[in-house]
Amino acid sequence: MQIGPAVRARGIVKSFGAVIALDGVDIDIAEGHVHGLVGPNGAGKTTLLGLLLGLAVADSGTLEVLGRPVRRALALPDGVAGFVDGPGLYPSLTARQNLVALASLRGDRKPGIDDALDTVGLTDVADDRVRGFSLGMRQRLGLAAALLSRPRLLVLDEPANGLDAAGTRHVHRVLGRLAAGGASVVMSSHRMDDLTALCTEVSLLASGRVVFSGPVSKLAAETGAIDYRLRTSDGAAARRLAESTPTVRVLPDDDLLQRQDAQALLVRGSVASLDDLVARLVGLGVAVRELCPVVSPLEAAYLALTGTEEDRGGDGPPSSPGQGSDDRTDDGINR
Amino acid sequence: MTAQTDALPGEAATLPRPDAAPAPLWRGYRFELVKLLSQWRLRVVALVCWLGPGLVVAVISTATTLPTDTVFGRWMGQTGWAGSLVVLSFACAWVLPLLTSLVAGDVFAAEDRQGTWRHLLVAVRSPRRIFLAKALASLTVVLALVVGLAVSSVVGGLAAVGGRPLVGLDGQVLSPGHAAMSVMLAWAVVLAPTLAFSAVGLLGSVMFGRSPMGLLTPVALAFVLALAQLLPLPVLLRIALPSWSFLAWRGLFTEPAQIGPIVAGVVVDLVWALLAAVLAYAVFVRRDFTDPAYDGAGPRTVLSTLAPLAVLVAVSVAVLAAVTPTSGSGIDRPKLERSLATAYGHLYRLQTRELARPDVPEAQLNVGASCDKGGDLVEDAGPGNDWRCVVTWHIPGATAVGSAVYQLDATPDGRYVADGDGPQSVNGFFQVRTPTGDVPNPLWQFDGSVDLFTATTKG
Repeated sequence: MQIGPAVRARGIVKSFGAVIALDGVDIDIAEGHVHGLVGPNGAGKTTLLGLLLGLAVADSGTLEVLGRPVRRALALPDGVAGFVDGPGLYPSLTARQNLVALASLRGDRKPGIDDALDTVGLTDVADDRVRGFSLGMRQRLGLAAALLSRPRLLVLDEPANGLDAAGTRHVHRVLGRLAAGGASVVMSSHRMDDLTALCTEVSLLASGRVVFSGPVSKLAAETGAIDYRLRTSDGAAARRLAESTPTVRVLPDDDLLQRQDAQALLVRGSVASLDDLVARLVGLGVAVRELCPVVSPLEAAYLALTGTEEDRGGDGPPSSPGQGSDDRTDDGINR
Repeated sequence: MTAQTDALPGEAATLPRPDAAPAPLWRGYRFELVKLLSQWRLRVVALVCWLGPGLVVAVISTATTLPTDTVFGRWMGQTGWAGSLVVLSFACAWVLPLLTSLVAGDVFAAEDRQGTWRHLLVAVRSPRRIFLAKALASLTVVLALVVGLAVSSVVGGLAAVGGRPLVGLDGQVLSPGHAAMSVMLAWAVVLAPTLAFSAVGLLGSVMFGRSPMGLLTPVALAFVLALAQLLPLPVLLRIALPSWSFLAWRGLFTEPAQIGPIVAGVVVDLVWALLAAVLAYAVFVRRDFTDPAYDGAGPRTVLSTLAPLAVLVAVSVAVLAAVTPTSGSGIDRPKLERSLATAYGHLYRLQTRELARPDVPEAQLNVGASCDKGGDLVEDAGPGNDWRCVVTWHIPGATAVGSAVYQLDATPDGRYVADGDGPQSVNGFFQVRTPTGDVPNPLWQFDGSVDLFTATTKG
């Protein structure tokens, strides 16, 4: 059987008065994938997620969710769940009461509330009022509420906000299992480590436009030169060799880096340049003990959209914000 | 693995699914009730409504100082039914608008405050059903609170004083059964303005979002209308306001009952409730819940929403002018004289019974009254505390005609307080001596009510 996309959007435009929140957004989200939305504040992530949840309809463009066109607000196929702008929870109710109320609203006779609470690690506080919950606990309860409907498309806006390590682990596990079971997850986040760990694909939004959409690995390949930390068995030799490599630039020592490890150095280059450098180090008998990006390719691309040159730590993403979707190429990158 | 993952279907899930059906209205209604009743603030309010009036009435009814400035207040020590009516008077002034504020005025704003709108919309999938569920749930809670006020005040009064006959606003003595029915009807009448204020609360809650203005809308309206009722407005405009029924229920305690103002007030209230609810619905369904900048409806929306309510007042005045004979303030000399003479006749017979004298039919008493307002230079019409009346009656077995003087303070809503000026043996002292001891003199001070709906006589 042909597996279609969970979400297919073409030319989505959405405005609020004079403010254009989404400006010709094209996006495809495959079933069984975790898709991340990245972008600075005001890029249109929440608006896009709101459209996916059916909270509004686009001013123009076409949107298909789970194979059905969305033509009016809240007219979505069964199986879409999630939250935008934080989980909607009632502080005067307990965690369990929130879920029971939601399940009874749907008329669900086997809501699996205990399972949902257990899945997100909130069994111990199931009968506590939500008023006393931390942000992370609310996020997890919001996820549990979304799980009650056994979603085929889960839409989450900043689900990692306020999560501690244990909470993050719970959420990652849940989302991974959902995707493994064939459901699609669309999530926005400012935590690049989460997105890198979870997402098979990401879309970068800026000023209401998609400037990149595709696998994270592809983003890494396209991202150009970024900063790496290189630790070897012979720091001085590694520095000499890096400085003699034309496509690699040795950066001034970072205080933090030097405090952590005097043998390490910072270098900037593309993936191909670093491959070449590693080959030459090994050829000279210098052991490479660590080579890792200072920031992930995703974060580098994000910083290129939002930060200063110093923040970027690299040559930036493959494109700059503000370019329209008309400039989109086959590789999903606006040029 | 959890039930969620177990339940995930395989490839069959890729087939297009039907649109999810909106949650049924009754489930949404139940959900809204659960949310409302989980608020500690509302629980406290409910407790106060169901216990407070009973305790207050029981304490005041057995006190030596009674709230004589409140209608029926002077009878609280005599019958348990009066306490409930005093609570009703007080509730109409502030409590009922406040209750509608706390419940209906907050039912939409609470979602804004808690940031739960989008969650609710995704769960219910129908703004229309959300609106209906919230409106019905808030009205249910308001109704429960009003019933609490009524039941509690009646129980408190009956427990403290007992269910003795009640003296009406025309001096007529109502049997306990008649009094109970009239008290119940009075509470039922004020449900209409409560409904109207609740709808206004819904409108404010929808329009102003998390702003405190939404919560305060019914109270602000009640304040404005209370001020308006104090002004010497034409009676038609007075009755066209949604707060009129908060006063009109007094007409149930005259014989015959002043049905016209009550019916007019209830109809006006129901139209207000319907229009305000429709306006609230129109504003609600037009809201874009994805707009991150939404902070209540804009000034243009607020003005265009309030305009129909102002038009409704004008239309109500026009309709009332067409169907009723009344005009001006609705208070004039002949009406006051008739009302005072009737009340005096009834209360004279009550005093006669208390003094253990032979009863005299009112036809034999042939009570008449002659009133004047402010002397020769002032027209004998309209409210004011400068009415002076002389009541005359035929004393049985004597050729002389008795007379008593009263100072009348008539308020724009048709109520008046008659304050006896003598002679002392008739209406000049607050007590009379009976064979069983001193008792309150029913002719000393009493409340009366003028039917504003009957034709006004010029001159």
